[in-house]
Amino acid sequence: MALLEVDDLCVHFTLPGMVLEAVGGVSFRLGRGECLGIVGESGAGKSVLGFSLVNLLAPPGRIVSGRIRLEGRELTTLSERRWRAIRGRRMAMVFQDPRATLDPLFTVGQQMHETLRAHRRLSRRLARRMVLHRLHQVGLEAPESQLARYPHQLSGGQCQRVVIAMALLLDPDIIIADEPTTALDVTTQGELVALLTSLCRTLDLSLIVISHDLAVIQQLTQRVLVMYAGRVVESGPTREVINDPQHPYTQALVDALPQMYPPRAPLRPIPGSPPAPGAAPTGCTFHPRCRYRHAGDDDLRRRCEGISPGLIPSGGSEVACHWVAQLIDHEMTDHEAIDAAQVHDESLG
Amino acid sequence: MPHRCTMNRSAEMRSTPASTPASALGDLGQPADVAQPLLEVRGLSHRYRLPRGVFGRRRPAEIQALNAVSLTLWRGDALCVVGESGSGKSTLARLIMGLLTPEAGEVHYAGTRIDHLEDRQRQRYRRRMQMIFQDPYASLNPRLRIAQALEEPIHVHFPEVSRQQARERVEALLSDVGLDRGWGERYPHELSGGQRQRVAIARALSVSPELIVADEPLSALDLSVQAQVLNLLVDTQLARRLTYLFISHDLAVVEYLATHVAVLYRGTLCEVGPAAQIFAAPRHPYTRALLAARPRFDDAGAQHIAASTDTPADLSITGGCVYRQHCPLATPRCAREPPRLEALGDGHAVACHAVDADAVRMDTEAHLGPES
Repeated sequence: MALLEVDDLCVHFTLPGMVLEAVGGVSFRLGRGECLGIVGESGAGKSVLGFSLVNLLAPPGRIVSGRIRLEGRELTTLSERRWRAIRGRRMAMVFQDPRATLDPLFTVGQQMHETLRAHRRLSRRLARRMVLHRLHQVGLEAPESQLARYPHQLSGGQCQRVVIAMALLLDPDIIIADEPTTALDVTTQGELVALLTSLCRTLDLSLIVISHDLAVIQQLTQRVLVMYAGRVVESGPTREVINDPQHPYTQALVDALPQMYPPRAPLRPIPGSPPAPGAAPTGCTFHPRCRYRHAGDDDLRRRCEGISPGLIPSGGSEVACHWVAQLIDHEMTDHEAIDAAQVHDESLG
Repeated sequence: MPHRCTMNRSAEMRSTPASTPASALGDLGQPADVAQPLLEVRGLSHRYRLPRGVFGRRRPAEIQALNAVSLTLWRGDALCVVGESGSGKSTLARLIMGLLTPEAGEVHYAGTRIDHLEDRQRQRYRRRMQMIFQDPYASLNPRLRIAQALEEPIHVHFPEVSRQQARERVEALLSDVGLDRGWGERYPHELSGGQRQRVAIARALSVSPELIVADEPLSALDLSVQAQVLNLLVDTQLARRLTYLFISHDLAVVEYLATHVAVLYRGTLCEVGPAAQIFAAPRHPYTRALLAARPRFDDAGAQHIAASTDTPADLSITGGCVYRQHCPLATPRCAREPPRLEALGDGHAVACHAVDADAVRMDTEAHLGPES
């Protein structure tokens, strides 16, 4: 059994006069010690998905259907009181902006003690030892001297390390990190990626990394979900998804990276822009921007415009695309045709 | 997409620097000297004064945001300024544009010193140098329709242009940046981030500038849209023979767009030179750390752990090299005297005491590859 199982999770935002689908039917499994990436552009629903996993969705956001199970235990029906035994202890979240996560009026030590003592009855001395242990674990230099510091006295990278240490305090099984490197400088980004990788390995921690940065996802994760307009369009081993993308959106995303081109060569951008919330196109939400939009016959176009594609296996990944589905069908027909031809030849020979 | 010749197009532009007709320079009383840089910055320094702490606690009263930075831009260059947050990149852009007054140093535009000009005298240079800001949501007036926002600078800088002419020019601009003319009647809130940044670019182009200073113009954009705007920037530079001063923290974008790179660290220019040289053989220890840290796709799983620069700026440390606390090559000399920018040839210059001594070793490494 996987550590975390998410099935067909749907999150809606109910606003006066309309319902916005932020996450539309996302499913995945997360194993112990595994690192899963969720990649997509702003508005794709990655953060909403992350928040809904730890029941931190703010109204009007609401899980309308689907299941989240931690070691088989259903979480979506839990009361907020019961959630407190899960959040922090089993699943912890690291938010995007480390400076905004920390309270500017309290020292690092005070904030970490508060977190610890809210969940556990501990002596001050033991609490201090545990705090220092975690600060040491995240590679913060001279942890003792950091305890008395206020967040403004720390650099962005140091703040992020403190936030990760806080997430580790209660020894969770899963950490959900929302854009853990985005607010940091390039040199610090590399250090944070190395830190998260080594924590996963040494603590047997499972990690869900939400990011728009394919390079960070590639370095950190073993599997990845690519989201577009609230849906998973492709999922699979990170290496395969990035090196051999199957879905037209993933292909276009990788093709749009400037590092894939020689300096000043024409890039191949994705036309248009991601749909505004509530304005997702019918059928496949990516179809107005799809490079294969005019490649297929009328029948295919009708499906792309009218029917939302489900995930089907392709290569080592799963892909939600009518065009890919048709290609697979055709290939199979080709193979069948070859087999049939061989049988025909043999019978003649 | 319009046809674009690739790769060495910037080299072509550099070989024909006399892109601006002599008359354009002549009307400013300057000789049409093709050997003259378009923009020259000499010893530019700026300090920000900090307010006293809330409880009257003592804090350092000033931050040296920029320390004696000198740069030269030739016509057709795309100079990218890189550095971490707080390194003085935006301060440099604002000083050049005259949005801040430098504390020391000079800004020369096409041979004329412009940093202490009065507003009225500055006006003509405002037309020739335009700025694109980071946040396209904040840089457009929400009450103006797109067409109005684009017509305004035309009327300011070209009072002789009629309304009808301005309107035609705006339509041409919109189509140049890939927007339908119908978008002119919309308000900024109706546009996506990428569309707004196109409008910001169109507004900068509306007065036919020579130099565009762009402060992180891509960082607010989604990846799929970023490529559209990058294409537009390269196409426009070619079509209009523009010179760019481009500020970015995204090294992938810099490597793609830059003809030249300037590396800033805590207000000091560490290294400057042709982009190809900087990326192939960075000399300054900080440039090396920066380039080594950039995430790359070709070596997945390999962890680049750069020399840590991850501590808050210690404002009390003055004198000597600003990078010495993190530098693997630091010597006592680095604490005593700040290194001067030394030319290495081909416009490549570096400010580091260690580079002279290690020139030979680094040369060998450069042949082996940039990341040894």
